[in-house]
Amino acid sequence: MPINFLLFLGVILFCCGLYIVVARKNVIMVLIGIELMLNAANLNLITFSAFDSGELQGQVFTLFIITVAAAEAAVGLALVVKVYQYFKSSDLSDISDLKG
Amino acid sequence: MDISLIMFYVLGGLTALSALFVAFTKNIIYAAFALIMCLFFLAGVYIFLGADFIAIVQILVYVGGILVLLLFGVMLTNRLKGEKLVSATRSRFFGILLIAAVFLVLIKGVISANFVESEWMQQEMTAKAGLKGFGLNLMTEYVLAFELIGLLLLIALIGSVYIAGNRKEGLDAH
Repeated sequence: MPINFLLFLGVILFCCGLYIVVARKNVIMVLIGIELMLNAANLNLITFSAFDSGELQGQVFTLFIITVAAAEAAVGLALVVKVYQYFKSSDLSDISDLKG
Repeated sequence: MDISLIMFYVLGGLTALSALFVAFTKNIIYAAFALIMCLFFLAGVYIFLGADFIAIVQILVYVGGILVLLLFGVMLTNRLKGEKLVSATRSRFFGILLIAAVFLVLIKGVISANFVESEWMQQEMTAKAGLKGFGLNLMTEYVLAFELIGLLLLIALIGSVYIAGNRKEGLDAH
């Protein structure tokens, strides 16, 4: 499989995730962007792991990243729900108080 | 050009298209479902790279778990009154400027690294769909990290339930 295509695909995924995190106002969208960036990293690891004959280190590492991403999504969404109950908004520009 | 290479390119292109759709759609629900499509096609790409187990895990965890979490998050954090769930955009100009810069830097890096010419790339793609090797590797060399990641997941899930759960005021005192 052509490696440059896979690396470009990773770049596209990462840039989409970064754009969402920077330019979106909704908290859920920011979490979606973080997931996209994590998957760009996973794609690169698996791409290079395909040329690693015995060890499959990239695949092992990808498994750990997926687990941490699931934990991060769970904790992040729990925090988002609590923040929404407090501020009555899931818009990032409304959530600007440090101590209310 | 054989059929598997064509399928590989099609899956990769669909992944990129759905990622772009996630980035530029306004509707949050559409974005969540397009994210799932993107991760699903990415799992297909993983299969072509000899990572069958990771592809299955990707589908199980993301399509089964994170989509449900995201949709619950959308439902719990928006007043649903029948109108579309639209996420506003702020600083679109600087966002596009930033990602254009990052995109150019990364593409330039990939091209100048020139992996195609490098020596270890000349050999065959040797990663077979070795579930046995993967499992042995996981349970011998990486067993400490494996157990720790299980512990981390347990702690994170209990913690998130504790954070998000409704607590009675009287019970909250101690």
